[in-house]
Amino acid sequence: MIEFQHVSFAYEKDRPVLRDLSFRIERGEAVGLIGANGAGKSTVMKLMLGLLQGEGRILVDGTEVRRETLGEVRKKLGFVLQNSDNQMFMPTVYEDMIFAPLNYMVSREETDARVDAVLERLHLEYLKHRHNHRISGGEKRMAAIATILAMEPEAILMDEPTSALDPYNRRLVINIIRELEQTRLITSHDLDMILDTCGRVILLSEGRIAADGPAEEILRDRELLEKHRMELPLSLMGR
Amino acid sequence: MNKMQKALRELAEMDELAARTSPVHALHPAAKLLATIAYILVTLSFDKYDLSGLVPMVLWPILLFQISGIEVRSCFYKLRIVLPLVMAVGLFNPFFDRAVVLRVGSLAVSGGVVSMVTLMLKGLFSLMASFLLMATTPIDSLCAALRKLRVPKMLVTLLLLTYRYVGVMTEELAVMTEAYHLRAPGQKGIHISAWGSFLGQLLLRSMDRAQELYSSMLLRGYHQHFHYVDVKPFRSRDALYLGCCVMAFLLLRYVPVAQLLGGAFVR
Ligand SMILES: Nc1ncnc2c1ncn2[C@@H]1O[C@H](COP(=O)(O)OP(=O)(O)OP(=O)(O)O)[C@@H](O)[C@H]1O
Ligand SMILES: [Mg+2]
Repeated sequence: MIEFQHVSFAYEKDRPVLRDLSFRIERGEAVGLIGANGAGKSTVMKLMLGLLQGEGRILVDGTEVRRETLGEVRKKLGFVLQNSDNQMFMPTVYEDMIFAPLNYMVSREETDARVDAVLERLHLEYLKHRHNHRISGGEKRMAAIATILAMEPEAILMDEPTSALDPYNRRLVINIIRELEQTRLITSHDLDMILDTCGRVILLSEGRIAADGPAEEILRDRELLEKHRMELPLSLMGR
Repeated sequence: MNKMQKALRELAEMDELAARTSPVHALHPAAKLLATIAYILVTLSFDKYDLSGLVPMVLWPILLFQISGIEVRSCFYKLRIVLPLVMAVGLFNPFFDRAVVLRVGSLAVSGGVVSMVTLMLKGLFSLMASFLLMATTPIDSLCAALRKLRVPKMLVTLLLLTYRYVGVMTEELAVMTEAYHLRAPGQKGIHISAWGSFLGQLLLRSMDRAQELYSSMLLRGYHQHFHYVDVKPFRSRDALYLGCCVMAFLLLRYVPVAQLLGGAFVR
């Protein structure tokens, strides 16, 4: 579904952020992208969405990400931003949720049905008509996730979906992610969450893939994780 | 809550005012926009000494405040930062234009004073009209209406983004002033030596955020069409409203209402 072929990228000349990155994510797979701060996780996602252009080829559902194909590619990918303040730009949660479907010419009835279904699933009915300026950081994060779910993309990219969430909402989001049938790529420092949601993990370090394999294996490898400035998930500590 | 956070709150409240319901809110955005433009044009067209002609123009905003249920107080409160700037425009007229045009008892009023007041009122009225438009029309509906009127996509998107940019900037400003004051307790305002870097940071940060916000719009299919806005058809009552407004403005412009009224009482 998503494929990187020898992708390199630098924000500033001579300071490469990603070096010759290649990987492939199959349809329906759930992949955790982990790495220390500044490892390049968000950058990988932005490249996929065509927000940044690097060297090499990126394919989304067989289509190469290029200027001419951006519309097509972006329709297939739903992106939950690291900072929800930048994600929610309409006055109310509801208006934000209908934004994408209506832009993609989904009918109003269908859109409204989707919105209600997603809000119910996330137990967020009470947020529907609230103003984005007046909800808490965690509520905004939940609303941002709802916004993307209502878009019903083929793949969902989430940049730190559980940061700012209380344990209840975190658990809710984990369960939702597990239930989704779409392709999922999730970055997080919350390795317990990654362990709960992803079958596979890609470990980024200094712009390269340091490890790529089953989550159970990589997240248990204390030596590997510590070498790349990370720690074992709490649930695996002391075992 | 510091001053900036308050300003931010107020800006956010603009959205909330626009989300209310009233007969004015229900009107077609294009009708409101055109009426507002007509009002501002007519207001600005008054002669600089025609104070008595200009004053009755205040009737329209007052009427709108009444019908829309928007508090006049909130208008002045929100505009308190811009208002003095607009009003300051005419401040120097009394010094340049000293010819006496009016005598009230033994008091001689110079042309400069009259034109100063006229200019201030023009600014005030135009601001009130714009405020009323924004307070009764969500920005996206307004943009959709502009597109319907065939205003170029680029300009409409620019307007939309400017509106959002102002929001982002006040938010960043709030965050930064707070961070500054936490590290410089007891200090009033921001020390002049920090202004340069502060402003630079503010611009960079708000530009970054605005960029991401715009990306977020693009990622969710924004392509300068406003499918996501529920634009109601332009109905006869919208046309009626626009027609009545324009007629009323022209009437106020060319019929010396104040003098007629004054005459009625004096006689
Ligand atoms: N706009 C930018 N201009 C220049 N350098 C940037 C920019 N954005 C990110 N970088 C740099 O690129 C590198 C990768 O950043 P990226 O945001 O992808 O990291 P990340 O893995 O998402 O980190 P985090 O866990 O903190 O979110 C970092 O070293 C960062 O300093
Ligand atoms: Mg990141």
